[in-house]
Amino acid sequence: MSALRIFLRPADGIRAVGRATLALVGLVGAVAIFAARAGAAPGYAPRPLLEQLLRIGWLSLPVVGLTALFTGAALALQIDAGGQRFQAEDVVPAIVAIGMLRELGPVLGGLMVAARVASSIAAEIGSMRVTEQIDALVTLSTDPMGWLVTPRLWASVLALPLLVGVGDVIGIMGGWLVGTTTLGFTSQAYLANSWAYLESWDVVSGLIKGAVFGAIIALSGCWFGMRASRGAVGVGRATTNAVVAASVGILASNFILTSMFFT
Amino acid sequence: MSAAAPPVIEIRGLAKSFGANKVLDGVDLSVARGESLVVIGGSGSGKSVLLRLVLGLEIPDRGEVVLHGTPADARLRARFMQDFGMLFQSGALFDSLPVWRNVGFRLLREMPAAKARERAIASLSRVGLGPEVADRMPADLSGGMRKRVALARAIATDPAVLFFDEPTAGLDPQRATAISQLIRGIVSQTGATAVTITHDMRSVRTIADRVALLDSGRIRWQGPVQAPAGGLDSDPDPVLRAFVEGRPLDAAP
Repeated sequence: MSALRIFLRPADGIRAVGRATLALVGLVGAVAIFAARAGAAPGYAPRPLLEQLLRIGWLSLPVVGLTALFTGAALALQIDAGGQRFQAEDVVPAIVAIGMLRELGPVLGGLMVAARVASSIAAEIGSMRVTEQIDALVTLSTDPMGWLVTPRLWASVLALPLLVGVGDVIGIMGGWLVGTTTLGFTSQAYLANSWAYLESWDVVSGLIKGAVFGAIIALSGCWFGMRASRGAVGVGRATTNAVVAASVGILASNFILTSMFFT
Repeated sequence: MSAAAPPVIEIRGLAKSFGANKVLDGVDLSVARGESLVVIGGSGSGKSVLLRLVLGLEIPDRGEVVLHGTPADARLRARFMQDFGMLFQSGALFDSLPVWRNVGFRLLREMPAAKARERAIASLSRVGLGPEVADRMPADLSGGMRKRVALARAIATDPAVLFFDEPTAGLDPQRATAISQLIRGIVSQTGATAVTITHDMRSVRTIADRVALLDSGRIRWQGPVQAPAGGLDSDPDPVLRAFVEGRPLDAAP
């Protein structure tokens, strides 16, 4: 009997792995269909898109700007401290610029927007779900995907590269501030050194990352909001899940994009 | 001689479970053109689920909904939805839109904003609300006013079929009576077909031409409100009597 149990346990394990794999594939497929429907749902109107651009883009600017400023400043201090070990303090401006443009600007900006926007989208759509407002849209012959998801998706895809671009500039300025006030660089030398080693792909790759992160943020918020179960607990869970999924999605896709772009 | 018109809504063997909870277990029901049907039943008896299945907001486990003689698939339902008006139990007003945009939500797709606003204000006046509420936000309204605004939204395009889910829930008796009378008045004036879900017997007597009692997942009884024999107040069915008289099923009448 125990031999049989030992024999059965690996089979149960394999079954569990199989079930989990099928569930994962099913989830990926469902999210892909959701994303495709969101991208092309009918009912496009410029007004909701502009409203969402304002809410996602403009209102995220302070948090993204402050994050970039302090990150650029801290990065300059760290590179200077590390560079002193092998007399390479001069590389501070170039590494701050490359680091901000390629990685820190898009990733930290994306994470800050994920915290602010994915939670807000999930809470708003989740509340609409539990108060029957989404059902009301259906009975008013309106596709909830087109009305709620599509404007948020496109606004986020458009806004994130702009936020990343502004964050990049502010981050470099953070490094410049530290470089010129405490590390002994002149303003001209710092900026010239930043510029000298930059390539256009450094800028473009970061902006592409921003657009991808924008899609991840909006889709996470909308996906979990649309699936919020009844009640306040359901909305709270949707909000948490949206932020976690968006953050993990940003970090994972950043690794994949960096591998594609720079190896 | 022309064939009789099919029922506006015909429900055939509709069943729906949520996990192990069997909510509906083979519901058969039909609604004729211009008729006001009220479905009654205890809390949790599946009345709202029945309405959601008819509207396509839930997918049945088995059975079908036939609209104007044709089994309703998604495309057909989307077409008929243009001619449906629905009052949700909670009102389901859009928080982010002012009252007039809520009421004129459908109209805004069909006409310029100024004209839609005018029609929305006219719809508000039909439910006893003045133009001063048009620019207020739903969160600024009382429960009774929100219900009226939701009713104004449901009737704004003069739909041929109206659905009301617990229209008097959460209202005090005076407001509940006012809403019931409004619904009766609108249904009588427009000749619309109406399906109402409620457990408020005062409301039933005001709104209904015919009543159906949902019990244990099936239609247990259906008939007219008033009839010399076999009506809502005279049929001897024990579950119906207990429900109408508002006493526990096992208590003596």
